[in-house]
Amino acid sequence: MWILGPVGFTAPWLLVALVALPVLWLILRAVPPAPVRRRFPGVALLLGLQDERAEADRTPWWLLLLRMAAVAAAILAFAGPVLNPQPREPGSGPLLIVVDGGWADARDWPRRIDRLAATLQDAGRDGRPVAVVQLTDRPLTPVFQAADAWVARLPGLTPLPQRPEAGAWVAALPAGGFDSLWLSDGLDHPGRADLAAALRDRGALTVWESPRPALGLRPAEFVDGAVRLTALRAVAGAEAVVEISARGLDPAGIDRELARLPVTFAAGDRLATGDLSLPPELRNRLTRFEISGVRSAGAVSLTDDSLRRREVALIAGQGEAEALQLLSPLHYLRQALAPVADLLEGGLAEVIPANPDVIVLADVARLAPDEEAALLDWLDRGGLLLRFAGPRLAASDVGRQDEDPLLPVRLREGGRSVGGAMTWGEPKALAPFGTESPFFGLPLPGDVVVTAQVLAQPDPDLAARSIAALADGTPLVTRRAVGQGQVVLFHVTANAEWSSLPLSGLFVQMLERLAVSTRPVAPGAADLAGQTYVAEQVLDAFGLLADAGEMPGTPGEVLAQALVRGPDAANPPGLYAGPDRRIALNVLGAGADLAPAAWPAGVPVEGADAVPEVNLAGPLLAAALLMLALDVLAALWIAGRLRGGAMAALAVLALALPPQARAQDAPADDALALAATTQVVLAHVVTGDARVDELARAGLRGLSRRLFERTTVEPVEPLAVDIERDELAFFPFLYWPVSTAQPLPSAEAYAKLNRYLRTGGMILFDTRDGDLSGAGATSAEARHLQRLAAGLDIPPLEPLPPDHVLTRTFYLLQDFPGRHTSRAVWVEAAPPDAEQVEGMPFRNLNDGVTPVIIGGNDWAAAWAEDEQGRPLVPVGRGFAGERQRELAWRFGVNVVMHVLTGNYKSDQVHVPALLERLGN
Amino acid sequence: MTLAAPLRARAEELGQALPPLLAAAEHLAATVVLGEHGRRRAGMGDEFWQYRAAAPGDSARMIDWRRSARGDAHFVREREWQAAQTVTIWVDAARSMAFAGHRDRAPKADRARLLALALAVLLIRGGERVGLAGSGEPARGGRSQLLHLARALGDDTAADYGTPPADGLAAHGRAVFLSDFLGDLAPLEAALAHAADRGVRGALVQVLDPAEEDFPFDGRTIFESMGGSLRHETRDAGDLRARYLARLAARKARLADLASASGWHLLTHHTGAPAQGALLWLYQALGPEVR
Repeated sequence: MWILGPVGFTAPWLLVALVALPVLWLILRAVPPAPVRRRFPGVALLLGLQDERAEADRTPWWLLLLRMAAVAAAILAFAGPVLNPQPREPGSGPLLIVVDGGWADARDWPRRIDRLAATLQDAGRDGRPVAVVQLTDRPLTPVFQAADAWVARLPGLTPLPQRPEAGAWVAALPAGGFDSLWLSDGLDHPGRADLAAALRDRGALTVWESPRPALGLRPAEFVDGAVRLTALRAVAGAEAVVEISARGLDPAGIDRELARLPVTFAAGDRLATGDLSLPPELRNRLTRFEISGVRSAGAVSLTDDSLRRREVALIAGQGEAEALQLLSPLHYLRQALAPVADLLEGGLAEVIPANPDVIVLADVARLAPDEEAALLDWLDRGGLLLRFAGPRLAASDVGRQDEDPLLPVRLREGGRSVGGAMTWGEPKALAPFGTESPFFGLPLPGDVVVTAQVLAQPDPDLAARSIAALADGTPLVTRRAVGQGQVVLFHVTANAEWSSLPLSGLFVQMLERLAVSTRPVAPGAADLAGQTYVAEQVLDAFGLLADAGEMPGTPGEVLAQALVRGPDAANPPGLYAGPDRRIALNVLGAGADLAPAAWPAGVPVEGADAVPEVNLAGPLLAAALLMLALDVLAALWIAGRLRGGAMAALAVLALALPPQARAQDAPADDALALAATTQVVLAHVVTGDARVDELARAGLRGLSRRLFERTTVEPVEPLAVDIERDELAFFPFLYWPVSTAQPLPSAEAYAKLNRYLRTGGMILFDTRDGDLSGAGATSAEARHLQRLAAGLDIPPLEPLPPDHVLTRTFYLLQDFPGRHTSRAVWVEAAPPDAEQVEGMPFRNLNDGVTPVIIGGNDWAAAWAEDEQGRPLVPVGRGFAGERQRELAWRFGVNVVMHVLTGNYKSDQVHVPALLERLGN
Repeated sequence: MTLAAPLRARAEELGQALPPLLAAAEHLAATVVLGEHGRRRAGMGDEFWQYRAAAPGDSARMIDWRRSARGDAHFVREREWQAAQTVTIWVDAARSMAFAGHRDRAPKADRARLLALALAVLLIRGGERVGLAGSGEPARGGRSQLLHLARALGDDTAADYGTPPADGLAAHGRAVFLSDFLGDLAPLEAALAHAADRGVRGALVQVLDPAEEDFPFDGRTIFESMGGSLRHETRDAGDLRARYLARLAARKARLADLASASGWHLLTHHTGAPAQGALLWLYQALGPEVR
């Protein structure tokens, strides 16, 4: 390879051909383009004419330059140019290829495999023995084999969803000299420096890193009512935005994206956080967060119970009582639970369908039978019913004789008071919690005393059901399992009336232990000890969630260790289910950080900074071909043979461009105004139906000609008007063929149309369905007209009366046929006080021009003419048809006259009176 | 040439669209042919021929009110057609007429022949006698003459540009010359002078291809006449366009001068336009002048 600046050539001797370019220049320059021979009778008129320019005698310089450039590009292309060539010196001796193979490799695994394959190919060509190790595997002394053997094994290499254990491989390295290539994921893992040092001892070490940034996602936390998400990146670079997609099950049970949160890495920052606020129902359905667009287990964070907020329904027995707030049986519960749970309040019938996790009944004694059944059903499905005693429960007879299904124990009549003014004894303190109790281990504050309580009936099971007791041994809290759920009874009130327990911190901790409130975020080793967790779903390195299948259970201690250290081969990341909770084991833990790998000085690092080699042969050849194609066109143009081709090219361009026929593009507004106002112009509304528009245009053309021939109105070629864009004020008259293809106008267009109608414009609506719509029948066009006109300010209408001024503005007409001969033509209704004066042929209607005429006779079709003045559409039959067409034209003339002269003809009814006044 | 049958069919088709054409004779007496006077059929003349019942399509002023007042029906007074006119047609058969500027367009000669024969169909249907100048055959009437005409129209000449015949025009008749008039104008001048001498009036129809009007050529070009007798080479044809158009306009102006000086009508007809317009114009040019 011969390198010239940033470009190298693989076949440099071909460049010698560039010497031939000047010769080519001379040859091409001497040969002018060949003339075209044309037979042309008009040559008799050309004889004797001299050329004024002699340019085409020689090939023009720019054409020469184009051809030279094309040839030069071709020569350069064949010389094999390569941009940023990376000369590789072939090594010798064995080669060890180290692949990290962790989750961070998954983001560009195919690229790594490509790089690996290329290296194996090179090594195979050089005859070097190769060994490939993946650091996530168990350390085994690598065996050097022929490169071909490894090539066959490449498809079997997959990254594992764990961290590469570089340190463990130091001991497994074979002795002896070998070079190594480390395909690194760019992250700093423990032991990396040791392994790098060991490899450098054996021989030269080259590192390849992917330029694609490594991204990670920490587990979501619940902070201040929102889900806080933290994205990590290894290299602090410029500002970047990543999108985090929150996925979960929709109500149909299908996994889909529920929300999306963009978070921004500030420039120079390796951490980006964002808060995602979701309604509790949505939040409780979340299963995982992903950085969208990154295929890596590190970019996926599974959620477990820690994000789930429990729904607690609070129900008090005396909801309507106007008690002080501090006396409210629910006040302390509300205070204790509001930060850690979602509270529901309302009647029992309303909250049970919401399927809350916990229902708290504070001093509720009796329930209606259907409520009780619903509550039992809910309990069977795993609900937790938490009851508090109180005066009502104490006064009732619930659970006295038989065990109430909604109470854990039988109660004694009346209850007891201790330590009051009228009682013996001191208020009772709490006894330490037994080992069987869920409250075991909670510290007892000394100031918690109980002054009154309901008492449990002594039963054989009472001891087993009691989970907290007073110092004298009477049960304070009892519990019983019902179905999959449980009923818990606090034998005191939920407010501070009977005890100071609700005032203490112990109350909150007890609620927490009872799983009433949401658990703290990270379970510690102590929380998990002694339990067995089974993986339900596992993540692979690419971040795809799969069913775990049959996997052995994991002891809680091991899982707790994995939660701290990260997943390993035995405990892949995933969702682990235990006896009463589910725990997500993520690749990145709560405090995880992504640090970029730091390599010792002297280790060449490929990939990250290296500009990739670019083979320039393809682009150069393409450029040469393009220039040759241009040359063909240019040569044709010079020789005058481009006409047909140019037409075709222009036709293609014209097809690609929007139609220019409407002379009303925004910059041409003035042109439109001039065209419309310097002379009378008839205009029609563009409907979007090409056939209708074409016919309307031809119809107005025919009508314009008739007007020109017969009247002093001399219109020019009609215009097409787009009501969305064009100013309407210039046109005295608009023909609007109603087509169902036309969309409803926008609000602005309606405003414009209404202004137009109010200021004296006239629109002739033509539904073109006069053959179909008879008495009462409606066509699609008529219905569309109703929709179109709904937004228009149209006065009351009536069928055109026989004395309307339209019947005599120019011609005397009684029928208004177009292509159809329907008589239903509607105009603005006459004022109700219009009366026919004795002796006058017409009513006295001399104000206003009707703003709309509505009919369905398809007048444009009857008016339509082509350029030569031949009718476009047949009307009727024979002479009768010609007569009908003539009448259609006359109607058109009358309409235009009506528009332009207003009620001049109607005013003529005054002529006798005027003549009389003048003294005739 | 085997064009005769289809050409005639197409000409008949074109001629059917118009009512029978009757050339008004200004010098009626001079052209009356013995035995032809009083043709025993309705037509334009001074003598009463017959009354007939009014039919749809008759205009109101055609109704003879005096006769109609005597009964309930309306009558139209018809007059006898009195004279036959001799019309001589010359169609340029030179090579230049074989030019067609676009492959979709017919050559000019086709159009000229079509017009000529359509006119002949109309004239013969109206009872006129039609002949071809330069064919040596006398002008005749009757349907069989159409066959002769169609056959004679098929002949081509080898000359590059055609020259109108200086003689062979029937005195006081009408004549129609169809050509592109791109060649030398001197023979045309002579022919028109001769025609004026013999009291012949008529129409010149210049049949041009749109390419000849637009000169849509560019670049280095060698122009040759259809026969190859004339040749002009240019390095930039587009550069010549303005001057060519000026010369063409001058040629048309000269033709108009010639026509008006000898009382002829002139029409420039393009093969890109429908033939009907030209035939209509010919009908009006040869028909009675409406005052």
